[in-house]
Amino acid sequence: MMSYSSAPRSLLLAGAFFGAFTLSAAAQQAASPPAAGAAPAAAPALPPGSPMIGRPDNEAAAKLAPVAPPPLPAAPDKLPTAKLKVPAGFNIEVYAAGMANARSLALGDKGTVFVGSRLVDKVYGIVNKDGKRSVKVVASGLYRPNGVAFKDGTLYIAELSKVSKIDKVEDNLDSPPKPTMIYDKLPKDEAHGWKFIAIGPDNKLYVPVGQPGNNVLHDEDHGQIRRMNLDGTGAEVYARGVRNTVGFDWNPENKQMYFTDNGRDWLSESVPEDELNRITKAGEHFGAPFCYQGNIIDQDLGWGKNCKDYTAPAGLMGPHTAALGMRFYTGNMFPKAYKNAIIIARHGSWNKSHKEGGDVVVVKLNKDGTMKSMEPFITGFLEDNKYVGRPVDVMQMKDGSLLVSDDWNGAVYRITYGKPKVAAQ
Amino acid sequence: MCKTIMALTFALIASSAAAETLQERAAPCLACHGEKGQSETENTPSLGGQQAPYALIQLFMFREKLRTFEPMNEMAKALTDDDLRTFSDFIAQMPKPAPPADAGDPARMQRGQALAQQHRCNSCHNPDFSGKENVPRIANQREDYLAKTLGEYKDNSRHGYDGSMADVMGPISPAQIADLAYYIARVR
Repeated sequence: MMSYSSAPRSLLLAGAFFGAFTLSAAAQQAASPPAAGAAPAAAPALPPGSPMIGRPDNEAAAKLAPVAPPPLPAAPDKLPTAKLKVPAGFNIEVYAAGMANARSLALGDKGTVFVGSRLVDKVYGIVNKDGKRSVKVVASGLYRPNGVAFKDGTLYIAELSKVSKIDKVEDNLDSPPKPTMIYDKLPKDEAHGWKFIAIGPDNKLYVPVGQPGNNVLHDEDHGQIRRMNLDGTGAEVYARGVRNTVGFDWNPENKQMYFTDNGRDWLSESVPEDELNRITKAGEHFGAPFCYQGNIIDQDLGWGKNCKDYTAPAGLMGPHTAALGMRFYTGNMFPKAYKNAIIIARHGSWNKSHKEGGDVVVVKLNKDGTMKSMEPFITGFLEDNKYVGRPVDVMQMKDGSLLVSDDWNGAVYRITYGKPKVAAQ
Repeated sequence: MCKTIMALTFALIASSAAAETLQERAAPCLACHGEKGQSETENTPSLGGQQAPYALIQLFMFREKLRTFEPMNEMAKALTDDDLRTFSDFIAQMPKPAPPADAGDPARMQRGQALAQQHRCNSCHNPDFSGKENVPRIANQREDYLAKTLGEYKDNSRHGYDGSMADVMGPISPAQIADLAYYIARVR
């Protein structure tokens, strides 16, 4: 199923885990010096949220830590475009550059491409006017504004712990008003606190709340996907047992929601794999933090639990590969085999000695909605076990071409099929 | 005095058009941060031997006001991307700070060491606290700056490039911050 590489998940140290009491606590105490007299015996072993929770005590593991991208966006002539490989007949070009930490993508009615960020404070807008593209800052001074969504003229922005909107945003791109908050009943945890958001076919806004750490027994407000009306009212929990989803979309054929979910770290180099999940009814539980990849009971938190009690993944995305942004391809530009396939960006692993992921893959589904195949679509982001770029989100344009964001380089690429021609200018 | 120098000369730092050498452009930085990589100014970090990727992130954050400290925001505001790279590389090549002459109070050193082990500072900062990549060298940093910074991460008044230190500091008490800073400033 995966022909390919793969790598993991949340990049940064941002904290991903937790595991508060578990193994690491024991291991740690054993390693503590006898001087513990004055040491804070009462303090938990590792801070909740630390990506190091659960790390086994060995040299290879000690070398692994989340990978932070360079702060400065790469100059257009320094982008790794020439190294990126696409299947025969496809072309890749730079759509826009210079957007530090470019993350999630959303498309405006008038063609503006909105780009969120996680490590800087900005939402960008790529404007395509009279054949020339330019990048504007649509909003700034935001806190981890990773999520963007667009509907009926309004841009929705998800920061770490609130969602806000800008009405008629495309009419005011040169001096957009400040975003207006519509929902802020969200936890403030840094670990898995950044958000991907999207608007479903039911016209509701879907907002995830990740688990506040790698592997944590958390409260009722975490580890879920919520949905709400577009004014922020009527919020309800739509899915549970979600560790950290950073991408979702709806199957155009039956309107079922699919989402990627990142498995826990430090269990091993080869498992658990990240998940592609399908929601068939509201309120389903997808296993985390008790059961991963549908068949692994967590060694710490899974005691007394059974994977059969949770919805199994529709498919597996590779260990630690950080499957993030995903969209069903419904356009007409790509060959027929791509119709209604899911295109998924795998940001690439950190929690793995030999990095995996760092690519964009095409997932095809069986008739029953489970994964039939996963094949490489864009590769070359990994070179000598180091990143030269990291794909975050994918988005189809009206002409059927595909955009891919890269937060390592602060750029967005465009993929077309057929005779190369200049981007929709 | 450090403040005066800064006020008078930060314009210099930004005037890359002029033909000053890097040493000349860096003079206002070193007036506060120390000529030889070791700061003698209260609450102001030693820069010597700092990891260049970390230094670059900090300079970027100062320029973009993602990290707020007015004098540094002023200093960095006119710097180009290339300036940021040049200065961070320059900083990394300065000599690393030395530990204080006194070995420190054994009981406090032991407490600090136990805390550092317990919270696995070495996971990211390396066993010798020299840092790696985007994770800073903290070994022999000024004790007051370490304590101030750890406190700022804890109360979230300093946002890291990512949120890892905020999470790390959650369960650590002010008294423990003091011990950690004491130990890391003196570690050998």
